[in-house]
Amino acid sequence: MKLIKNADGTSKKISDQNLLLTITIAVFLLMYICAVVFLGSGFLKPQTFFNILNENAALIILSCGMSLVMITGGIDISVGMLTALVCMSCAVNLDYNGGNVLTSILIALGIGAAFGLVQGYLIAYLEIQPFIVTLAGMFFAKGMTTIVNATQFNVANEEFQALKSTRITVPGMGSYNKLGNYVPAYVEIGVIVALIVVAALFAVLRWTKLGRGFYAIGGNSQSANMLGINVKRTKFLAYLLCGILAGIGGFVYFLHVGSGSPSHASGAEMNAIASSIIGGTMLSGGSGNIFGTFFGVLSLSTIKNIVSSLGLDDAWWTNITVAAMICLFLVVQSVVLSRKNKAKA
Amino acid sequence: MKTLEKPVQQHQKPTGKDGGSFIKSLVRNQIFIPIAALLILVIFNLVADPSFFAITLSQNSAGYPILSGNLINILDNASELVILAIGMTLVTSASGGQDISVGAAIALSGSVVLRVLCGTESRPETLQAPIIVAFLVCCLVAMIFGAFNGALVAYFKIQPMVATLILFTAGRSIAAWINNNELPIISEASFGYFGNFIPGIPVPTPIFIAVLCMIIIALVLRFTKLGLFTQSVGINSESSRLNGINPEFIKFITYVILGLCVAIAGFIKVSRFSTINYSVVAKDIEMDAILAVALGGNALSGGKFNMAASVLGAYVIQFLTTTLFKFNVISSALPAYKAVVVIILVVLSAPIVRDKIAAVRKKLSAPRTAVKEANR
Repeated sequence: MKLIKNADGTSKKISDQNLLLTITIAVFLLMYICAVVFLGSGFLKPQTFFNILNENAALIILSCGMSLVMITGGIDISVGMLTALVCMSCAVNLDYNGGNVLTSILIALGIGAAFGLVQGYLIAYLEIQPFIVTLAGMFFAKGMTTIVNATQFNVANEEFQALKSTRITVPGMGSYNKLGNYVPAYVEIGVIVALIVVAALFAVLRWTKLGRGFYAIGGNSQSANMLGINVKRTKFLAYLLCGILAGIGGFVYFLHVGSGSPSHASGAEMNAIASSIIGGTMLSGGSGNIFGTFFGVLSLSTIKNIVSSLGLDDAWWTNITVAAMICLFLVVQSVVLSRKNKAKA
Repeated sequence: MKTLEKPVQQHQKPTGKDGGSFIKSLVRNQIFIPIAALLILVIFNLVADPSFFAITLSQNSAGYPILSGNLINILDNASELVILAIGMTLVTSASGGQDISVGAAIALSGSVVLRVLCGTESRPETLQAPIIVAFLVCCLVAMIFGAFNGALVAYFKIQPMVATLILFTAGRSIAAWINNNELPIISEASFGYFGNFIPGIPVPTPIFIAVLCMIIIALVLRFTKLGLFTQSVGINSESSRLNGINPEFIKFITYVILGLCVAIAGFIKVSRFSTINYSVVAKDIEMDAILAVALGGNALSGGKFNMAASVLGAYVIQFLTTTLFKFNVISSALPAYKAVVVIILVVLSAPIVRDKIAAVRKKLSAPRTAVKEANR
């Protein structure tokens, strides 16, 4: 009897996950249709969609890392400030210390990996609450950014500028402007990186032992332990991966904005968490989908576009909308979870 | 509280016996951590610059005597933090998580005060409403937002820090929205009394407000079961439910109390400047409030708490901030130093690390006791 019950439970969980993913994609499509209806046909141009991708490539990568740790049942709120720190360090390296693009990439990866290592060790092996550790990490990164350099400046390095302005044309998606000239549609390098990250992480989570381990320890760490999964090591790897992804995301962000500033990517961690939640990743751990996260980012940025083009000026309306969305999805999740618990009992 | 003291004493008795010394039982006491931190800071400042502790009596621009000096500054500026630490301790104890929206909520409640006092004008000549009304409205609004957080945590069972993330994101924006994104300035002098000096009294008013809050919470903990219930819910909410406590309601009520604390802190903050800057006011204060609780030796995962230690922790943090400022650390770099302090504290208080330290200590002391036995 027990076995059957278990099989029932797992199949139900998968359907729950699919349900959340379906909701996410539906929400995104709905948003986009709303945007087209209310804000005119500008949203129908492929380039508008690609611009959303261009602007949010870094956020997609950060959100992937966030989803990963959320699947294990934790959270990492240091990623936003880490992005700012990576931007500032790379900018200083390129312009003041005579570094090149390669060393900048190494610096970005190094900073991300260092944060991931320390935070992962503290959380997994010393069993300290993830929120406190990463809150401290967030403040440390915030302070370090101003210690590295306190003012904003644009990077002038030629090699970097060449890389920054590299555009990859998407064939067949261009449009004709008012003069009748053909304008090809393009994406930036960051988008390619982001898509690779999404695909790679999806593959890891679905088909590798480690990936299944992330779900297992998020679902129930004790039973994962009994199944022979090294819970501590898996958790540690999740935070390490998240840190490295934050490093990559930081560099992609840097590539997009081309400057270093202490106020860069402020609130990015909130957007990443919001995207993950909208994408159907459960805060309680154990369920989530990287594609959902991807669509979560797209939904979030579509809402922001709608809000800003409705003429509701200032950042504050965007913040309120984002907060309202987090609230809505949290409550939906909570209801789903309590219903599932009741069904089990 | 009486029922509370018993287990504590029982807990301390055996340690006193095998330690045998007064110092050891003092070290084991929770309040030792903030006191030790305070002592380290005091000694550090004494060595670096003894004039740090100078207090002078001077006159302000209006001709009234005021006390000034770093120590007074610390006591004065720590007031909001102390008040927040009181609420944060209760929230931490009951729900095993922290409220990270307090900074945004201070901006929000301050904004409400200004809105009520200014009415529709942005620079009124006279106040549009009595100050007490503004204060009460601000308390009400802050408690409603506290209740919102509390409901998400207690009834929807969302992790506290994630639930309060909503207000953390939206709070300052709502604050700006309440005042139509304007920055009202109050010219009425009597409004400034609460954040600065009352004419004729040389001690800053926020110190009195903080002391008043401490007395109130001490009385509440002494004469009601709030402390006992909060701790029992934090230690094991299921067994406290079986004992007839409503854990959801206790969690909920601690967030409402924190809302009240936020309202008082926000009121002081606004009164200090007679205006508000939504994006800067009380920035990063949530970190300081959590740090105060941790520095007081309270477990951040909930359970038992020591209010006096938290309050002392808040003063220690302000002491640290002022010391760092004294050494010309720019304010935006402060978080890095504080983060290091947090990490050290959290690592030292982690159960695993504590067990390891205890094991090492046993190993070290084992040969010594063996030698003592042999000598006998």
